Amino acid sequence: MNHSGLTRDQLLDVYYHLRLTRSLEERIGILYRQGKIFGGVYLSTGQEAVSVGAAYALGPGDIIVPSHRDMGAHLLRGIQPREILAQYLGRLGGLSRGRDGNVHYGDIQRGDVAFISPMADGIPVATGVALALKRQGKGRVAMTWFGDGASSRGDFHEGINLAAVLRVPVVFVCNNNQYAYSTPLSRQTRVPDIAARAGGYGIAGTIAEGNDVLAVYEAAKEAVERARRGEGPSLIECKTMRMRGHSEHDDASYVPRQLLEEWRAKDPIQGFEARLREWRILDESEEARITKRMAEELEAAVAWAEASPFPEGKDVEQGVYST
Amino acid sequence: MPEITYIEAIRQALWEEMERDERVFLVGEDIGVYGGAFKITLGFLEKFGEDRVIDTPIAESAIVGSAVGAALMGLRPVVEMQFSDFIACAFDQIVNMAAKFHYRMGNSVPLVIRGPSGGGVHGGPFHSQNPEGWFVHVPGLKVVAPSSPYDAKGLLKAAIRDPDPVIYFEHKYLYRRIKGKVPDEDFTVPIGKAEVKREGADLSVITYGAMVHQAFEAANRLSAKGIEVEILDLRTLLPLDREAILGTARKTGKVVIVHEATRTGGVGGEVAAIIAEGAFDRLDGPILRVTAPDTPVPFTAPLEEAFLPNADKIVAAAQRLAAY
Ligand SMILES: Cc1ncc(C[n+]2csc(CCOP(=O)(O)OP(=O)(O)O)c2C)c(N)n1
Ligand SMILES: [Mg+2]
Repeated sequence: MNHSGLTRDQLLDVYYHLRLTRSLEERIGILYRQGKIFGGVYLSTGQEAVSVGAAYALGPGDIIVPSHRDMGAHLLRGIQPREILAQYLGRLGGLSRGRDGNVHYGDIQRGDVAFISPMADGIPVATGVALALKRQGKGRVAMTWFGDGASSRGDFHEGINLAAVLRVPVVFVCNNNQYAYSTPLSRQTRVPDIAARAGGYGIAGTIAEGNDVLAVYEAAKEAVERARRGEGPSLIECKTMRMRGHSEHDDASYVPRQLLEEWRAKDPIQGFEARLREWRILDESEEARITKRMAEELEAAVAWAEASPFPEGKDVEQGVYST
Repeated sequence: MPEITYIEAIRQALWEEMERDERVFLVGEDIGVYGGAFKITLGFLEKFGEDRVIDTPIAESAIVGSAVGAALMGLRPVVEMQFSDFIACAFDQIVNMAAKFHYRMGNSVPLVIRGPSGGGVHGGPFHSQNPEGWFVHVPGLKVVAPSSPYDAKGLLKAAIRDPDPVIYFEHKYLYRRIKGKVPDEDFTVPIGKAEVKREGADLSVITYGAMVHQAFEAANRLSAKGIEVEILDLRTLLPLDREAILGTARKTGKVVIVHEATRTGGVGGEVAAIIAEGAFDRLDGPILRVTAPDTPVPFTAPLEEAFLPNADKIVAAAQRLAAY
C-alpha cells in the first residue's frame, strides 16, 4: 500500500495529526469561552492540511518558522499539546513560560522558531535560518508559513528575494485562506495566485489544493528535495479557506455564507478520512481507537497545563538578556 | 454636556473632522467594511465612501509612505494602525520621510497616525506596547497621548488640523472603561500644552495616558494621609510643555514622574532633565520615576501586573518623597 510515497502507518500518522490539530484547537476554543484563556485565539479549523501536509515533508534536522495558524506543524515538530495549552493559559509550563501568549511559541531545540505578531516578520528569518543550514552543508532545509495577507508586506518581498539571490534552502508556504482578518483576497492583491509571484523572484512556484493533505505534502516534498539538492527556494501557495473568524471574538459576518458552505464540503479531514476508508487503511475500529487516544491525551494535557504554576511577579525582569 | 466614552470621543473627532474638511481621509487595515479592529470607524465607509475610507493590504510602510505622498499633495490623511505595536513596520517612512520633510524642503506633511497602545488587557508583547519613546526622539514629529474623552477628542481634532505629522497614541485600556463630559460644540485641545488635572501643594505627579487615572487613585489615598498631590497631565509628549513642567515642580518642590512605558530612554528621563535644568534650586527631594521595568510587556497576568505601574507603586514613591 503506497499513496504519495507514504506507508500505511505514515498515512495514519498524517490523519492523526490532522485530527489532533482540530481537537486541540477545539479544546482551546472551549477554554477561551470558559474565560480561562485571555487574548487572541486564532484557529486553523478547516485549513489544517496546509500545516500538516507541508510539515510532513520535512526530516528531523529541518527547521520550521510557522505562523499563527500552524498548530499542525508545531505538533509534527514534537511540541506537546500540554505545552501549547500551558502557553495559552500563561503558565510556566508553556513554551514562553508565561511571557508571551497563545500562538507565539516554538522551541529552537526542536527546530521550531517562535512566531511573533507582525505579519511576515518570519519570512526573512526563515531565509537566515536557511543561510545557516546551507553553510553546514548537510542538506537541511527551512520551511516557513504565512498568510495571503502577510504576502502584502515588504518583509515578504525582501525575505524571498534575498533567499532567491542567495539560493538558500528554504520553502515558503502561503496559506491562502482568502481572508486577512476582514480583508478579502481581492483587496489584498490584484493577482489571483500568490504563487505567480515566484516568477518575479526567479524561484519555483506551485499551487496546491490546500485542503488535500496529500497534494500539499507532494508539493512540499518536491520543494524540500529541490532545496536539499542546492537548487534554492520555492514558493508553494495552498488554496484554502478560513472557516472561523479571524480570532474567536470575530463572528466573520463579512464572509459570504455561501463561500463557507462551499468550503465546508471540502473539509480536509473528512476528505482524507473518506480516502483512507476507500483505501482500506482506516476502518471504524481504527478510527475509534484514534478518537479515544486523542481524547485521553487531551484530557491529560489540559489537567497538566492547569496544574502548571503561574510565573511569579517578582521574576518579571528575568530573562531579557542571555547573561 | 453629554458624557461619552474615550473611544466614542475618538470616533466623534474623526467623524466631525471628515464632515468639516473634504481633504481628510482615513486609511488603514480593516477600517472600512469591518469598521476597524476596535470598531471606531464603523459606519464611516457608508457615510464617506471608498475614496475617503480606504481599506489597505497589510502594508504599514506603504500605508504611511502613501499617506505622506497624499499629504504633500494637500490631502489630510489619518492613518490607523490596527495596534500601535505595528507602527514599527512603518518606522522608516515616519522617521525619515515624514519627520524630516519640512526641515529639508519647507513642505508641510499634515499627517496623523493613530492607534491603540498600552497594556492591562493581557495582550502580550505585541499588542500592549507604549511606543511613544521611539518617536519623541525624532525632531519633526509631534506625539500626543490623551487621558480623557475631552482630551481625546480635542487633541485628535487638533492633530488633524495640524500642518505637521502627529502621532496620536490612544490607550486601549481606557477605550470603554472611562467616560467624561465632552461639549457638543467644536473645540480643540492645543498640541504642546499640558494640563493640571488636580491641584495640590505637597507633591507633583507628572504623567500622561492611562497612568493619569492611576495617579488620581493614588492622590485620593495620599490625600487621606494628608499629602495633597498635584497631577500634571502632559497630554503632548513632543514638544513637551516645559513651562507647565517647571511650574508644578517649582510649586511643590517634589516630583514623581509616572509612565506606563518602559523606563530607560522614556519620556520620564526627559521630564526629569527639564526639571533638573530649570528648577533644581526649588527641589526638596530627588525626582523619582514610577515606570514599567525595562522588559517586553509580559503576557500572563501575574507578570503583567508586576510590570505595569499602578496606584500602589505611585503611593509608595510619593510617600518616600514626601518624607524629604
Ligand atoms: C504587520 C501587521 N499588521 C497588522 C497585523 C494585525 N493582523 C493580525 S493577523 C492579520 C490578518 C492576517 O491575514 P493573513 O496573513 O492572511 O493570515 P490569516 O490570519 O488569514 O491566516 C492582521 C491584519 C499584524 N499582526 N501585523
Ligand atoms: Mg489569510
